[in-house]
Amino acid sequence: MIQAKALKPEEHFIDEEPYYEAIGEEIEVFLAAYQQQIPILLKGPTGCGKTRFMEHMAWRLKKPLITVSCHDDLTASDLVGRFLVSGGETQWVDGPLARAVRHGAICYLDEIVEARKDTTVVIHPLADDRRVLPMEKVGELLEATNDFCLAISYNPGYQSVLKDLKQSTRQRFVALEFDYPSSELETRIISNETGIDEDMASRLVKFAHMTRNLKGSGLEEGASTRLLVHAAKLIKAGISPVTACHTAISQALTDDAEMLSAVNELSSSLF
Amino acid sequence: MSLPPFSYAEIEERLEDMFVELMPEVIQHLTEFDIQTQDALLVLVENAAATSHGLAFQFGERLPRAFEIMDLDTIELWLNQAIDVFDSKGLYGAIEKLDELESVAKHAQEKLTGIAFEDVAGILEHFVIGLNGRKLKIETDRECYTDTETLFLPSMVNQFTEKEDNFSLYKCMTVHLWAQTWFGTWRHDLFETLEQFENQRRSLQWLHTLEAIRLDACIQRELPGIHREMIRLCKLANIKPLSALDIPHTEKLKSTGSSVEHSLDILQKVYALEHPENIHFLGRLKPELVEHRRNIRLAKEKDLFRKAIAHILEEKTSKKISSLSDEEKKSIKAEAVPNPDVPEGFSYKLELDGESIEPPEGVSSLMDSIIQDLGLIPDDYLVAAGDGGYHFEKDDDKPDSKNVWSGTYHEEGAFLHKEWDFKRQRYKKNWCAVRELDVHTAKSSFVNETAQKYSGLIKNLRRTFEVLRGEDKILKKQPYGDDIDIDALVETWADVQSGMEMSENIFTKMHKEERNIAVIFMVDMSGSTKGWINDAERESLVLLCEALETLGDRYAIYGFTGNTRKRCEIYRVKSFDDLYDDATRARISNIKPQDYTRLGVFIRHFTQVFADVEAKTKLLITLSDGKPEDYDGYRGEYGIEDTRMALVEARREGVHPFCITIDREARDYLPHMYGKTSYVVIDEVSQLPLKVADIYRHITS
Repeated sequence: MIQAKALKPEEHFIDEEPYYEAIGEEIEVFLAAYQQQIPILLKGPTGCGKTRFMEHMAWRLKKPLITVSCHDDLTASDLVGRFLVSGGETQWVDGPLARAVRHGAICYLDEIVEARKDTTVVIHPLADDRRVLPMEKVGELLEATNDFCLAISYNPGYQSVLKDLKQSTRQRFVALEFDYPSSELETRIISNETGIDEDMASRLVKFAHMTRNLKGSGLEEGASTRLLVHAAKLIKAGISPVTACHTAISQALTDDAEMLSAVNELSSSLF
Repeated sequence: MSLPPFSYAEIEERLEDMFVELMPEVIQHLTEFDIQTQDALLVLVENAAATSHGLAFQFGERLPRAFEIMDLDTIELWLNQAIDVFDSKGLYGAIEKLDELESVAKHAQEKLTGIAFEDVAGILEHFVIGLNGRKLKIETDRECYTDTETLFLPSMVNQFTEKEDNFSLYKCMTVHLWAQTWFGTWRHDLFETLEQFENQRRSLQWLHTLEAIRLDACIQRELPGIHREMIRLCKLANIKPLSALDIPHTEKLKSTGSSVEHSLDILQKVYALEHPENIHFLGRLKPELVEHRRNIRLAKEKDLFRKAIAHILEEKTSKKISSLSDEEKKSIKAEAVPNPDVPEGFSYKLELDGESIEPPEGVSSLMDSIIQDLGLIPDDYLVAAGDGGYHFEKDDDKPDSKNVWSGTYHEEGAFLHKEWDFKRQRYKKNWCAVRELDVHTAKSSFVNETAQKYSGLIKNLRRTFEVLRGEDKILKKQPYGDDIDIDALVETWADVQSGMEMSENIFTKMHKEERNIAVIFMVDMSGSTKGWINDAERESLVLLCEALETLGDRYAIYGFTGNTRKRCEIYRVKSFDDLYDDATRARISNIKPQDYTRLGVFIRHFTQVFADVEAKTKLLITLSDGKPEDYDGYRGEYGIEDTRMALVEARREGVHPFCITIDREARDYLPHMYGKTSYVVIDEVSQLPLKVADIYRHITS
């Protein structure tokens, strides 16, 4: 029987180099911030490579990467840890953040604004020069080693005012801004990532630009690099380009029937 | 068994009842139909008569001919179109529309196989924005052309027998017009060039063909899918595709890097030749229209751009623009950088002393638009000008409420809304003009006096409303939760030790109760509220504000009054963004009785306001003193039915309407408009302030 590999979060080392093309000086800045023990904030639209960048940096630094996808039910105990009952006794179990601190890992809180405001506050003592994680329930103060690194991400584009990042949080971080790469670079990324030829990749990028033109005129977001990669993979697997774009891109972007046909028309005009 | 048809005398009598007189031969014609058709036609005549007797007469006159070429449904459509025109242009316009009966009939026939613009407009609009360049609008006209800001397409395409092919043709037309704007057909002053030719019509025709060939090649490179469609359509229509046309000297046009200059060169050579017939279906070039648009746009954008430059300079140098030397004003340069995504192969970035500048919001698209027109940023654009007080107008379509009396028929600066006419069973489009005005903020002691008068009640209100306020609660003994409820666990453990069943409820859970309510109060400011009703309304508002401030619900207050459909006015007392401060208090004090009560239009307006508000519950509360009534026939059943329709629309948009009234007869008509449970009648005016906050508490908890 084949079983999926089960790993403890702190054992999640990335052994193979994840493919990443730098857009600017983000790698250098990240390394410098890491050495100076400053936490990092990644800003940018969905699917532009934030998570891939984190994987790449974890590989470079040879540190385990613990990723937490934040959601609006995420509580402080989900991050720090909680008592569980086992065999009639309570037993403390570290949350992902505490694990990362304990083992000197990189902790990446994805889409941090989705988490509740009271949750965000627990990272504050870790994110300034104190670098400690208070664990009130067990009466401990966990001090971070030099290896530990905190990174958070958020997408300033579509969040409502209610979900803005608090100044007290954002002012603790070095911010790296991500955007869609230039068309030339994006073409290269797609053909490298999926192995389709440059010409097809550049057409996909052109299509992505068309959908990005529609941002704010009926689409919330244009097609991200990730979606292009999906489409390219389908094309590589023998699906016709038009169908690949319909299924991997148009349908992912919108449910609105009219917009859907407009986006589909755009893709079929390109291929 | 069906009844016998109406006789001549019976028809005449019915027409007399409507005060309509028709020619004897028309009546004679009517007698020939069966009774159902007669009845339907007479109802149509009556509908027309409800709008204008002149219109009814004109309609009747044309009925015999109409019946030859149209079925009953089409006749109704034709009449309705004429009534719409009557609403905006009066009787003469409506008669013109009635005279178009032949084309209406043809159009109706075409609609069976063809595709109408309105059916695909939504798709094409998005489609054309997705293509590169300046955001283009699309509209209909008789021909297919562009003025470089709007693409005009025919209102119907029925070239082919299949709907899909007709849609394809729409798409191809759209792409070709877009290509004119994107691949630089209009970059050259065509108007001037064409004037050199003796036969301008011919030269224009030739130029269009040459450009179509050039653009077709561009499209083949950029949008091969569309190009394939074009060729397929040409085959279907049995005409030669553009790429296969045998016209001398045109090879050059098909290569990359060709421009409109090449087409003009070739024009000199082919002008003398006979223009081939029937070669494509791509409309016309209209240089005179483009010329006009382009000049306006160039001037506007140059001005905007130079102001933007000034703004950037002021920021970079921290000096006022007036204190800069002429040299300094020219210190921003536009540097060309290769960009394979645009037809020119270059895009531009701004530089100051060799350092590149990130253009502020709006300026990038401005630059793009300039480059689209000119191919580059000319040097004289790069001279800073103006006071540097630069604001990029993002949304210049927004009506300005100050322009009350300007514009044709006082409609400029107003929001237009439709109105339901129950007699016609149809909407009157853009019928009411609404303006948002401000209430004076002159100081008044009214609010303080009210607060004093009701100080006991206010305290009480605050207390009751505080209870309503949502707060986080930790729920204990839950089956699931964020944390362990140690107390429950100990208890359970003890239970298990003593041999009892173990309870699963040992977690604590954070429960967040959020009140996510947005409410708009619309307050009747009609003349009939003069005196103590108005006082009571204002007092209620003061108490309500006090209560709502405690509660933290988002709320807005507007007064409304109407004086005919052209002057529907809304007085802003407090918008969602305003605070309950001195200015708001002063505005409450200054609510004054004005004219009449036209209701439906305001409900529609506020439903629209709600569309921009994100809230789980949207509540529209009307404070009123009687039936909707306005000067121009908006009374009785008409007003009630329109209001009812507006409320139906509001509910459809997720807005809950509620009405608080002091009209004791309201029980006769309010249930019909608001439904049985969505209104309250207060018998005593003096009770209003005491009750309103209480009612609000009831309906929101």
